[in-house]
Amino acid sequence: MNNLSVTVNNISKSYPNALALDNVSFDVKKSELFGIIGPDGGGKTSLFRILTTLLLPDSGTATLEGLDCVKDYKKIRNLIGYMPGRFSLYQDLSVEENLKFFATIFGTTIEENYDLIKDIYQQIEPFKTRPAGKLSGGMKQKLALSCAMIHKPEVLILDEPTTGVDAVSRKEFWEMLKRLNLAGITILVSTPYMDEAILCDRVALIQGGKILSTDTPQNIVNTFGKILFSVKTNNIHKLMNDLNEWSNTGSAYLFGQQIHLTLSNESLNEKDIIDYLTQKESSDIKVEKIKAGIEDTFMSLMTKQHHE
Amino acid sequence: MNNKAVITVKNLYKRFGNFVANDNLNFEVYEGEIFGFLGANGAGKTTAMKILCGLSKPSSGEISVAGFDAYKDTEKIKKSIGYMSQKFSLYEDLTIVENIMFYGGIYGMSIDDIKIRTEQLLQKLELTEIKDNLIKDLPIGWRQKLAFSVAIFHQPKIVFLDEPTGGVDPITRRQFWNLIYEAAQDGITIFVTTHYMDEAEYCNRVSIMVDGKIAALDTPEGLMKTYDAMNMEEVFLKLARA
Repeated sequence: MNNLSVTVNNISKSYPNALALDNVSFDVKKSELFGIIGPDGGGKTSLFRILTTLLLPDSGTATLEGLDCVKDYKKIRNLIGYMPGRFSLYQDLSVEENLKFFATIFGTTIEENYDLIKDIYQQIEPFKTRPAGKLSGGMKQKLALSCAMIHKPEVLILDEPTTGVDAVSRKEFWEMLKRLNLAGITILVSTPYMDEAILCDRVALIQGGKILSTDTPQNIVNTFGKILFSVKTNNIHKLMNDLNEWSNTGSAYLFGQQIHLTLSNESLNEKDIIDYLTQKESSDIKVEKIKAGIEDTFMSLMTKQHHE
Repeated sequence: MNNKAVITVKNLYKRFGNFVANDNLNFEVYEGEIFGFLGANGAGKTTAMKILCGLSKPSSGEISVAGFDAYKDTEKIKKSIGYMSQKFSLYEDLTIVENIMFYGGIYGMSIDDIKIRTEQLLQKLELTEIKDNLIKDLPIGWRQKLAFSVAIFHQPKIVFLDEPTGGVDPITRRQFWNLIYEAAQDGITIFVTTHYMDEAEYCNRVSIMVDGKIAALDTPEGLMKTYDAMNMEEVFLKLARA
């Protein structure tokens, strides 16, 4: 138990019209970078609100650094840094005032923990007199992270920090997280972007309030279990239609300019696919076996869950 | 898709004080085209989109949308376009049928027309039986479909999709792109922003804005060739980080 930072045991939570969390369990180890990966409405925010002591579960228990999320809520609040999904800083306070406010609430000062946030805060320090509401999206995100970090939390809980953020800023944000994580901080982060899963030590895939799978990203994609082909022709729309009509198609999903295809009959191979598409008068046909990624695996698990 | 321009932008500038948000933009969007409008946060995409939707006036330049001038005819532009974003699309406390009728009304369709086309739309989406359910009780996949259908309910020439798939699960996201293709094949021009780089590859042409300027505009294949990249994500990172 000693090396566990967060434990979640059979947590369920429902609202009048929806079941948000359905018997969810997983553990996060100390100093781990743990990702909760899943689309909106999956239950990520409810889960984080329970762990941050802002919401009571209907059933089940959760602990953070050995403390109970219901009984020990006051102690937990001092141990965690929480960045909610919605920008939650004071829009009419300046950058510096916000940071000072959060430091004061937690009984510390900016100077005391400046080293911890230096890398991030330096990037927005030139604008420290600007009201937080007037910052660009990327800068707001950096300020929110600084405010969540200023009291040197043991555990950082970040709810969709990269939603609506462009590909470049997303990459930079993950680089910042990695540095904090290497400094020993346990990080629990949620995201709807499947490609961010590989940046985590371990992930839980969540959909419709249920955990589909918990493991390292590599082990999760290893469970894909089917032969996956990447198929390309000169006309992707026609290709999609042709594959959807084919009796041997198991699944066919667009991935950029390719289609990722599994076959319901796994004794067939590349040649059979090429033969079928040639017969359909496609040209520039390219078929190759590829390794499944997190998004392939997520969709496969989603459809399995659907059929159960 | 043909080469008839439905959006023409020549030397578009938009300034806020000393800040140049749009710095000499030049491009055309063709009828029935799926046009991807990419850029980092703060690159000036939203500013340009607001101008194209008739919500904001350019500082200078010649801009025409659906044949209307972006200075004088903003009200006509608004009637000729549809708009949808993930953040805001349908009213959650209204029912399915109320949402459809509300949008029809806003766009000035006649009551008879609204009634007929509402029936047709409900049938097409197989929502007739649950038409009196509230939007908030609708699964996300259906909500997406309905939001898009409502945005093109008044049969606009162009539909603007502002990050329409943010936070949506990977299967629903792909189903949504099928709807986009269908609409494009019916001749509706699609102007779309996204942070998913695989979706950029589904567009006919893509423009990438960097610091208020259009840094690149081409087909996805052309961009990958020019920037010697395996995919659009690489193209984007090379351009936006440069």
